[in-house]
Amino acid sequence: MHLSPDEMIFWEHGFLKLNATIVFTWGLMFVLAVGSKLITRKLSTGLKRSRWQNLLEIVVTAIEKQIEDVGLRDPKKYLGFLGTLFLFVAAASLCTIIPGYQPPTGSLSTTVALALCVFVAVPFFGIQEQGIGGYLKAYVEPTFIMLPFNIISEISRTLALAVRLFGNMMSGAMIIGILLTITPFIFPIVLTALGLLTGMVQAYIFGILAAVYIAAATRVRKLTPEADASIEA
Amino acid sequence: MDSITTIAVASIVIAGITTGFGTMGPALGEGRSVSTALTALAQQPDAAATITRTLFVGLAMIESTAIYCFVVSMILIFANPFWNHVIAQTAGQ
Repeated sequence: MHLSPDEMIFWEHGFLKLNATIVFTWGLMFVLAVGSKLITRKLSTGLKRSRWQNLLEIVVTAIEKQIEDVGLRDPKKYLGFLGTLFLFVAAASLCTIIPGYQPPTGSLSTTVALALCVFVAVPFFGIQEQGIGGYLKAYVEPTFIMLPFNIISEISRTLALAVRLFGNMMSGAMIIGILLTITPFIFPIVLTALGLLTGMVQAYIFGILAAVYIAAATRVRKLTPEADASIEA
Repeated sequence: MDSITTIAVASIVIAGITTGFGTMGPALGEGRSVSTALTALAQQPDAAATITRTLFVGLAMIESTAIYCFVVSMILIFANPFWNHVIAQTAGQ
C-alpha cells in the first residue's frame, strides 16, 4: 500500500526521480497558472463579461474578504501569497475526483514545503510592516523569559501546519484504499465525497491559519500605542 | 519470542491503542465546542459568520491532535523504523 504519492515513480535517471508528487504538482501549477492567464487575458469592466471572469471575481473577492475579516487591514498586499496557498491546496484536493490522480498534498514533502513558505513569510511581512527591531521585540513581548517559548511556538506551529494537512489528505486516501478491499461498491464513493469536503475545509484552515499568523506578526506594535492611549485617557 | 515478533506485536498493539485513545480526547473536545457554538448561534444568529469561522478553525486545531495520533499509528504499521532496522540486521547476518 502506498503511504504517499512519493513512492509512485514515473521516470528515474541517476539520483533524479520524477515521482507522482512532483508530476501532479506541476500539473496543478500549469492548470492554475495557464487557466488564470487565459481568463485575465481579456477582462472587461462593462456590464457584459464572460462567465469565467465572474468565477475568478467571486473567488478573488471572497478570499480578500476572508483575509480582511482575520484582521489584516490591507488585504491586497497579502492576496497573492495567501490566495495562492488556498487555491493550490483546494485544487489539489478537488482534483481527487479525477481517476488516477493522487493529491500532492498527501505527501509530507509538499506540505512541509508549504508550511516552510508560511514560516518564511511571517517574519518577512512582519519586518516589512514594523521593521526588524519591532518584529524581534514581539519575541520578548511579555517578559524576556518568554523568548524560548515564543521560538518553540514558531517552530511547532509550522510542524503542526504541515502534519495537519498531510494527515488529513493521507487519511482520506488511506481510508478509501482500505474500504475498497472490504466494501468495494458504494462506501468508497460516499467517503470520496466526504474527502472532498474535508479537503476544502483543510484548504480553508491552511489559508486562515497562515493569515492569522501573519496578522499576529504585523499588528503587535499597532495595538500597543492604542492600549497606552486608552490607559492615559 | 525473538525480537522480530516482539517488535511486530508491540507495534500493532500500540498502533491500535494510539488511535483509540488519541481519538477519544478530540471527540470529547469537538463535541463540547460544537455544542457551545450551537448555543452561541441560537443566542446571537447575527454573529453566525464569525462564530462559524472561529468554530471551523478551532475544530481543525482540535482535530489535528487526533491526526497526529493517526500519523504515529500509520508510521508504526507501514513505515516502522525499528522493524526496518531489525529486518536489515537479520538480512545482513
